[in-house]
Amino acid sequence: MAITRGFGGRKQPPELADRIPPGQHLENGFPVLSAGPTPHVEPAKWTFTLKVGPRPVKTWNWAEFNALPVTKMTRDIHCVTTWSKLDTAWEGVLIDDILADADLVPPTAFVLAHSFDDYSTNVPFADLSGKAMVAVRYEGRPLERDHGGPARLLVPHLYFWKSAKWINGLQFTERDEPGFWETHGYHMYGDPWREQRFAGD
Amino acid sequence: MNQLPVRWQSARVARITQLTPRIKSVVVTPSRPFRFTAGQHVDIRLTAPDGYQALRSYSIASSPETAGTIELAVERLDDGEVSPFLHDILAVGDEIELRGPLGGHFVWSRADGGPLLLLGGGSGVVPLVSMVRCLRDAGISVPMVLLLSARRLAEAAFHDELTGLARKIDQFWFFLSLTREASSQADFARRIDAPMVSEVLRPLPSLPAHVFICGSNSFVNAASDGALSAGIPAATIKTERYGG
Repeated sequence: MAITRGFGGRKQPPELADRIPPGQHLENGFPVLSAGPTPHVEPAKWTFTLKVGPRPVKTWNWAEFNALPVTKMTRDIHCVTTWSKLDTAWEGVLIDDILADADLVPPTAFVLAHSFDDYSTNVPFADLSGKAMVAVRYEGRPLERDHGGPARLLVPHLYFWKSAKWINGLQFTERDEPGFWETHGYHMYGDPWREQRFAGD
Repeated sequence: MNQLPVRWQSARVARITQLTPRIKSVVVTPSRPFRFTAGQHVDIRLTAPDGYQALRSYSIASSPETAGTIELAVERLDDGEVSPFLHDILAVGDEIELRGPLGGHFVWSRADGGPLLLLGGGSGVVPLVSMVRCLRDAGISVPMVLLLSARRLAEAAFHDELTGLARKIDQFWFFLSLTREASSQADFARRIDAPMVSEVLRPLPSLPAHVFICGSNSFVNAASDGALSAGIPAATIKTERYGG
């Protein structure tokens, strides 16, 4: 490891050291990142579709989706651009509860999340079950458009590009299919604790 | 896409130039030079004596046709951890760790053609400068418009070079907007909006095939809303938001 002349670094608070993965730094704001224009998705036009391959299993509109059981989750999140934000508070519908409402037993081990802006990202089902939700509220308020409102995926234990903004569906796939950033050189899995930022990391 | 891993390497600082009161150009020579596409970035990694490492991404400003060196342009964020180090301590001859090229979305190469609309806010102009320099060096005819929005003339990085290139290159047009200062050198004196986007589009022979927008989140939102209302399809607009 080459030491950089004159660099001391900002000391991380020791009590937080085990919560900030390598190469990450603490962020108190909530930076916005996205690959294209921020879409306007009105709740009245919002739908969420669960698919197996090309076949739709069930579609919910905004009112139907919000009638599903609501779960609260407070988690640390980690963006691949190196910021980490602690204790972010979300409310939404667990992926397990979405599948239960559709009477769907997971048919494959792989899922692609899809968004209104044609964004997509892949997450193994094992990383969605019991760990992930479709979030509709952040810090007690409806999710802002800049942060993916009205609804985004929340997979807090993976780099945050996996938590697709403006989500409109989940699709089970036969194989682990790369999504948007994964086809642009980013890691297929994206574990912040193993610094899986780019393909080959 | 099957890609080789992008490895960390050492790079030597060859030149540091103050571009504006807040932005410095840092030219480095990687120990293993690499090809890149305009719009790509590199990651910089700094290591403290106790092993702590800080990592940040910086867009490449240099032309893909320039061999051997990479120019970065770094804005100093007063409450930052890495940019104050790069501004205040880093010196010519120092070695830093770098890896790249990174990012395969916000990119343009001559094969992609045009017309091209580039909208940059503040230091968001950096990856767009690489695209303009690519046009200059490639000797091709692609209609290209760049609009730079800055607070004041002194803060408009690359302003002189872009003005000069607009005089030299037939198919390149440069517009400047200053949001906090009146100047005879500025084409506009306000924040970017839909009428401004429509006006800078005028020199282009048709709607742009590719639009690249880079800057703060508020700049990118205003600029992309302007582009959309000018009739540009969302799918042709690529954005990069700084401060994330």
